[in-house]
This record gives sequence, C-alpha cells and structure tokens, in this order.
Amino acid sequence: MTRGGDRIRSYRRAIITIVLAALCYEAIARSGYFPAVLVPTLPKIGAALWHSLLDGTMLSHAGFTLYRVLFGFGLAIVAGVPLGIMMARYRPVQNFVLPLASALMPIPSLAWVPIFILWFGLGNTVAILVVFYAATFPILLNTWSGVRSVNPLWLRAAGAMGADENSLFWKVIIPGASPFIITGLRQAFLRAWIAVVGAEMIAASDFGLGWTIFDAKEFLNADVMIASLVVIGCIGFLFERLVFGSLEQATVMRWGMVKAART
Amino acid sequence: MRDGAPAIAAPGVSATARKIGRGEDARSRVIARTAFPFLVVAVIWEIVARLEFFPRRLFPPLEEIAAAFMRLTLSGVLPHHAFDTIVRLTAGFALAAVAGVAIGILMGRFRRAEDIFLPLVTIAAPIPGLAYAPLFLLWFGLGNVSAVLLVAFVSAFPVVFNTWTGVKAVKDIWVRSALAMGADNPRLFRHVIVPGALPYILTGLRLGLAQAWRVLVGIEMLAAVPWGLGWMIFGAREFLNTDVMLAGVVVIAMIGLALEKLVFEKLENYTVVRWGMMS
Repeated sequence: MTRGGDRIRSYRRAIITIVLAALCYEAIARSGYFPAVLVPTLPKIGAALWHSLLDGTMLSHAGFTLYRVLFGFGLAIVAGVPLGIMMARYRPVQNFVLPLASALMPIPSLAWVPIFILWFGLGNTVAILVVFYAATFPILLNTWSGVRSVNPLWLRAAGAMGADENSLFWKVIIPGASPFIITGLRQAFLRAWIAVVGAEMIAASDFGLGWTIFDAKEFLNADVMIASLVVIGCIGFLFERLVFGSLEQATVMRWGMVKAART
Repeated sequence: MRDGAPAIAAPGVSATARKIGRGEDARSRVIARTAFPFLVVAVIWEIVARLEFFPRRLFPPLEEIAAAFMRLTLSGVLPHHAFDTIVRLTAGFALAAVAGVAIGILMGRFRRAEDIFLPLVTIAAPIPGLAYAPLFLLWFGLGNVSAVLLVAFVSAFPVVFNTWTGVKAVKDIWVRSALAMGADNPRLFRHVIVPGALPYILTGLRLGLAQAWRVLVGIEMLAAVPWGLGWMIFGAREFLNTDVMLAGVVVIAMIGLALEKLVFEKLENYTVVRWGMMS
C-alpha cells in the first residue's frame, strides 16, 4: 500500500521536475540572451518534430537507421552467440579467440570508421560493419561466461536422465546461459545504437538520424537537431523496454532463470 | 645480463631472475598461447596484403604500419596526439566522476534529490552520447571545450546510476548499527556509506571511463581539435595514409587496454578487495 502511494508521489514529482525543467529552458530560450537559432523555443522544436513526422522524412531517416542497426546487430548475433558457445565448450577455441577479443574490445568502434570508409566507400556497408564491430564483443563475452556458468549439477542430472548431446544443448545449456546472453544482447544493442549514430555522422551517408543531426548543424537548424535527438532517444528507449523487456519475459522469466541467476 | 651494469644492481637483478625462473615454464606457455592467435592473424594479414587483393595504399603490409608507427613516434607526432587525447580523457572523466558521484550520492540519500534528478537522468541517458555532439558544437564552438564537456556529460550517466544504486544498496542494518554505536553523519558517510557503495561506484566509474573513451574518439573526429588520436586517424584518411591510420588504431587499443588493466584492476584490488567487499 505505502509502496503504491510512494510510487504515485514519485510520478507526480517527476512530472513537476520535467515541467519545471521545460519552463527553465523556455525562459532561457525566450530571454534572448542566446541567439534564437541556437536555443529554439519548445513550440518550435515541437513544430519541427511534427512537420518532419507528417511529411515522412523523419520516418524514412529512422527507417534507414533502424535498418543499419538491425542488420549489423543481426550479424553480431549470428557471429557472437555460436562463437561464444564454442569458446565455452572447447578449450582451443577459447585459447585462440579470447586474446584477440580482449585486444580488439578496447578499440572504440568509431576509430574504425575512417578506415572502413577507405576500404568500403561511403554508405551502408560502413555503418553496418561498425555496428557489427560494436555489438559482437558484448554478445561474445556474455555468451561465453553464460555457458561456463551453467550449473554442472544440471548437466550431470540431465546426463544421468539419459539426455543426448543434442537435447543437452537445447534443453539445458541454452536456457541456462540465457540470462547472460540476454544481458549481452542488451549491452550490445546500446553500443550498436551509439555506433550507428556516430557512424552516420562521420561517414556522411545521405540518410539516417545521425546524419540528420549533423546536417542540420550546417544550417543552424537547432530545432531539427533536438527533434531528431528526441526520436533517437524514443527509439532507444522503446527497444530497451519493449523488445528486450518482452524477450526477457518470454524466456528467462518464464523459465524461472532470473531468480536463480540473481540470488 | 648486460656487461658493465653497476655492481650494486646485480644481486637484485639476479634475485628477480631466479624468482621468475621458478614459474618460467608455466608463464612462457601462457605467453606463447596468448601470442599464437595474434601471430596467425598477422600472417593472414601479411598474405592478404602481399597478394594485393586490395590496393597497397589501402591495405598496407605490417612492416609499413610498423614503419609509420616508428616514424611518427620518433618525430614526436604520435606522442603529441596521444598526450592530447589522454589529457582530454582525464579532464572530461574527472569532471564526470566528481559530478556523477556527488549527484548519485545525493540521489541515494535524499528523496527530494532523487525525485528531481531521476526523471532528467532517465530521459537524457538513453540518447547515444555522440548524438549530442552537434548541439555541443553549436553551443560551445569547435574545439577543446566542446570535446571535454561532451565526454564529461556522456560519461557521467553510468557514474550517477551506479552510485545511486550503490548508496541505496547499503544494508540498512549497517546504517542502523553505526547509528546505534553513536556515529554522527560525517562518520556514517565516510565509514559506512562510501565503503558500502564503493563496489557499485567503481563499476560506475569503470563503465563511465569506457564510455568516455568511446565518445572521445568520435568527438575528436567531429570537433576539429588540432591534436588527438581520433583526429589523426580522420585526417590521415584525406591523404589515403592507411598505415598512419592503422598505427593510430594500435595506439588507441594500447591506451584502452592500459586503462582497463593498469587503472581499474589496480584500483579494485586496492580498495574493494582489501576491504573484503568483493572477493
């Protein structure tokens, strides 16, 4: 009961805070202390967002960005999960891949952008590869530690009950490692989302939300920039909550894995 | 051993040599195992480069990359770039660490601060750091100020979140028993809350530093700073100097590894493990 009351009060305060912050911003924007082009008022930002949504430009930019990020992310899953499982199951694979992964991981994916541009030209390929690079390592390393952390008791129990290699893999190892794998996917998506925006800015392709922001800078369209920021934030938030949240609900929560993993 | 080494140094050197000698077998095997994958990749790289599937300018063999690395290091260009990048990283991250820990602790201790900051942080955090870059460039101009501020801004979020969680995760019973034993507020803070929240704070700092590192390379490409590794790579593209670009990537990897191994693992061992908060 008190928890519910607390929550309502928190929501109310959150709304008050946001309204106050918006009012402060509006006051600064209207004070004329900063040039109006650099600090546009909220109605102007809203109008820019509304117009770009209505005439479809924002949606097509968002579509291009999503295409790039999902393509690269898909490739990263296809490469990262099997390799992570192999690393955990076979020692030589681990000995070979782990040093390479730990050397490549600290290189920010954006450092590769200029090199990829030279190798593959401007355009989609660069963005997709950069996303792939950014997303692979979290998936790989989390899958690896997930498979290694599968309780050996479960493996022996399943073996004693006559599970063959195949069903052992699908019924025990994959579900057992899934909390880690999903955490890896989450981290990977965050990184991929950062990488795609950066890659679009630097690799100056013609479409995409990152490009919109960067292009708007040239024309001092701060309202368009902030509107695109809002869209980028919303998409990231939706993915985090809806996609990964429901993925977690459908798998690890249903299997009762999360409790086991957290305690 | 080198001839003409000072006589006083000799016993120390031989002592360390003996100590290494004991674990030498296992250690050299580990080194060989770690080096092997790199060797394989290097050989493949060399073969691909030599066969000239790609133009040599775009895919230089390893010795050209090494030569570029040596040339730039000796002429002092590469160290200068690296130095400026590290200064920027340190400045931005220091700002983020101080502000982030302070805000996080306030949020964890005071309801009102939590209500004020949490909505703002939750809204601003999911937007990728680099998306703010053009705004910062418009507001603060091209150059160092924007770069440092952006790095600080972006890397502050993980610090805030983790500090906040850490302070909230301090066991109630510790706080109560400290109070019962007559601890006043400053002592409670120094001896209970900070050590209790430290594992989380360190995680936050670590994530923040990684974030800062990734954003910094990107912003250096965009902000037209005069020196910096990101800028070096980006600038070299104009002249098709792939060897210089790859040498830059190598330095970036080395700094990244050094940050992880030298800074954080040491810090963690020194504090959290020693206080028995984490094994």
